[in-house]
Amino acid sequence: MDNQNQALIFERSREGRTAYSLPPLDVPETPLSNMVDKVYLRQEEPNWPEVSELELVRHYMALSRRNFGVDNGFYPLGSCTMKYNPKVNEVVARLDGLTNIHPYQDEHSVQGALELLYRLQENLQEITGMDAVTLQPAAGAHGEWTGLMIIRAFHEANGDVKRTKVIVPDTAHGTNPASAAVAGFDAVTVKSDENGLVDLDDLRRVADETTAAFMLTNPNTLGLFETHIQEIAEIIHAAGGKVYYDGANMNAIMGVTRPGDMGYDVVHLNLHKTFTGPHGGGGPGSGPVGVKAELEPFLPKPLIVKKDDGSFGFDNDRPQSIGRVKAFYGNFGINVRAYAYIRTMGGKGLFQVSKDAVLNANYLLKRLSDAFETPFKQLCKHEFVLSGSRQKKLGVRTLDMAKRLLDFGYYPPTIYFPLLVDEALMIEPTETESKETLDAFADHLIAITKEVENSPEIVQEAPHKTVIGRLDETQAARHPVLRYVKEKH
Amino acid sequence: MSEFRYLPVTEEDRREMLNVIGVQSDEDLFSDVPAKIRFKGDLKLEPKLSEPELVRFLAGLAKKNVSTRDYPSFLGAGIYDHYIPSVVDSVISRGEFYTAYTPYQAEVSQGELQAIFEFQTLICELTGMEAANSSMYDGSTSLAEAALLSSSVTRNKKIVVSETVHPEYRQVLATYAHGRRLDVVTVPAKNGAVDLQTLEAAVDDGTACVIVQYPNFFGQIGPLKEIEQIVHGTKKAQLIVASNPLSLGLLTPPGSFNADIVVGDCQPLGISESFGGPHCGYFAVSKKLIRKVPGRLVGETVDDQGQRGYVLTLQAREQHIRREKATSNICSNQALNALASSVAMNAFGKKGIRELAEQNIQKAHYAAEQFKEYGISVCSDQPYFNEFVVDCKRPVSEVNHLLLKEGIIGGYDLSKSFDQMNNKMLIAVTEMRSKNEIDQFVEALGGIIGG
Repeated sequence: MDNQNQALIFERSREGRTAYSLPPLDVPETPLSNMVDKVYLRQEEPNWPEVSELELVRHYMALSRRNFGVDNGFYPLGSCTMKYNPKVNEVVARLDGLTNIHPYQDEHSVQGALELLYRLQENLQEITGMDAVTLQPAAGAHGEWTGLMIIRAFHEANGDVKRTKVIVPDTAHGTNPASAAVAGFDAVTVKSDENGLVDLDDLRRVADETTAAFMLTNPNTLGLFETHIQEIAEIIHAAGGKVYYDGANMNAIMGVTRPGDMGYDVVHLNLHKTFTGPHGGGGPGSGPVGVKAELEPFLPKPLIVKKDDGSFGFDNDRPQSIGRVKAFYGNFGINVRAYAYIRTMGGKGLFQVSKDAVLNANYLLKRLSDAFETPFKQLCKHEFVLSGSRQKKLGVRTLDMAKRLLDFGYYPPTIYFPLLVDEALMIEPTETESKETLDAFADHLIAITKEVENSPEIVQEAPHKTVIGRLDETQAARHPVLRYVKEKH
Repeated sequence: MSEFRYLPVTEEDRREMLNVIGVQSDEDLFSDVPAKIRFKGDLKLEPKLSEPELVRFLAGLAKKNVSTRDYPSFLGAGIYDHYIPSVVDSVISRGEFYTAYTPYQAEVSQGELQAIFEFQTLICELTGMEAANSSMYDGSTSLAEAALLSSSVTRNKKIVVSETVHPEYRQVLATYAHGRRLDVVTVPAKNGAVDLQTLEAAVDDGTACVIVQYPNFFGQIGPLKEIEQIVHGTKKAQLIVASNPLSLGLLTPPGSFNADIVVGDCQPLGISESFGGPHCGYFAVSKKLIRKVPGRLVGETVDDQGQRGYVLTLQAREQHIRREKATSNICSNQALNALASSVAMNAFGKKGIRELAEQNIQKAHYAAEQFKEYGISVCSDQPYFNEFVVDCKRPVSEVNHLLLKEGIIGGYDLSKSFDQMNNKMLIAVTEMRSKNEIDQFVEALGGIIGG
């Protein structure tokens, strides 16, 4: 990586340079003052930079060298499924007929796009075991909220207005309770038992006539399969609630089991995770939502449908719909990539993906289980959680070990999550990593635990080889500097 | 040889790994999945395709669409056909950017963090606001989140929105408002603009915010000055302005009219139409709201050696810390699109954004003049930016169908969203349309509807 202190683009600016070219205006010019009242004509230019095209390219090339993606190396960030992002996806998503189309074009002129979305819906229904799918939500959290709004609309349509509560496990992603709140519910927590699974007695205690839904990813965020999922679904259904599947961990179960068969009523998928999105430095994602038939009337509108004449179109005539959750039809470009991936793998291939993801995770867990405390003894699914509690006793935190991994060219695992594991390291290797990569990573992480025992300061002071050291986050929060301001001379 | 090019585990690897784990077969790894819920057989998906087959198949689907490269397009209504400098795609194709995730580990994510810091700065400069976040899903969700923020800050439940705001943005707002049990009051449009008297009557001390669009959905500019006086004449109400960022290259920024929150979509700046997404919402606020902004923020700080660097900051507001107390559930954002937009904004620079905006307003006005000369009625009598309304005197859907036959993508059918606007077409003219294309469009539309 580049060791230079990187100038901001604003600091590279020199008056008179430019990096774009437009043809000269070819229509007769009207004075601006004839078109717009001067109160509304901008007086002061925005302080945007003036750079040549090469300078612009070098600026971003330099920034890219100070960034780390899956293409650079192993990225076992738990719960994020940082698998390989196929290059062909990028090629097809950039096809003219898929990129330069406007959402308000006449249906007849976008049949290919509608057909692609329809095919994707059908495939996702089969993968999840659901009866209908909307592709409108833009991300996982957006899908969660959409799903909960659907459940709320269902209960309201039944005159069942006392259901104010959404249950989430104590291992849940932070978005689950947040989505519940934004959908107008109170989030209530159910405990995990000593095996890291939902405590059924506690669930029976909290599930009642005020329960709208229970949100549960399976495998859960500890990477463990909720073996009692059918019983869980029965408890919630008996209370009149719906069971919500957070698809963040779908990579473990494709072709193995389906949310629809486990008793779930609603599911969202993260197409940027399981279906090779890609992650884009934080987005865009795509968070389709699938539902069982009785919830279908409440899906956001429009839905994409196949008409009797074989053509594709929008169904806007949906009186019970929760409405729109996003303008237009979702993150189409990401949906194209996911569809390309599903077509590349096929049904057998996706099953193999989950088998290999689980194999890789269990292998890596086994390789690391002597060096770390392992809070749960059973097999894991696509990811697992270690505890750095042993190392903490020697004065080295999980954060320190994560930073030390940077020196060896790895992106560290998710740390301090789930909250119920002390000094947690959450590791998700994914199926696209080779055994050699897993072995090398395990060797390095074990070597770090030896450093913790023999020379802890190396770990405590890490990283040593990155372009920048540990940053002062307290200062950043206390005195926020959120933009560049040109110094006045 | 493996059947799947993304899967590196060989059969030999598999045997060794299963052996280390201490199980016999893959199946044993799933012994915790009860037999009753095991999926039997193969998923019935479409058959898998090799790489060349896949490209051919998708190219075939793509060809079934008419692209805005095939035909000149006069469609806008929130999404536009604009010039995208080649450097944009070159930058966002870098694996270091597009295969990374949220920059949790700042030491190996300085590139992304700095790029976002620059994005925040570009948006602040353009909108005239104090702070901007790292992006939202799109303009519509950004607008809805702004309303939620206002409600939470003012503890008021009444959201007042002008009918001149994008109809789909208002629909999304309605869904979010229902979630949070807020009341949305829509102020009807009068001649394509906010009716100030009705607005004044709708706003009171129980109002959380007033949401307007500038330029509005019909392309019209103003009257932000008068609106602001009404809004801030109440005890708490906040002014939320949704703006096409390109127009702000030419127009006085909402920050100069004391807007509290400015939102919109960066699509016109460096992002392709993509059938409606992914695009990139922006979210900018005044100083007093900095600690209330939803989504991620990047801040400048120093490392242990005093070197300048960037981190995700003010995260105490966020869902992963606040959980059920969070004001927003947004987690991932549109970072790659924010990057694309940043590259475009930097390519244009302070002079280019002005030239681009001026070409839009000039070409739109030229087109409107040509329609008038042809005898076609232009309904927009107030100042407008790059969109205006014409009366087609017959259903727009029919007109567009005929235009398509002549190789032109016509404008937006306003009857789809407004009861009183039968036969009205919203026409967008961007810098991409040549004089020749505009003249042909006027000729073709004139031919269809008669002068």
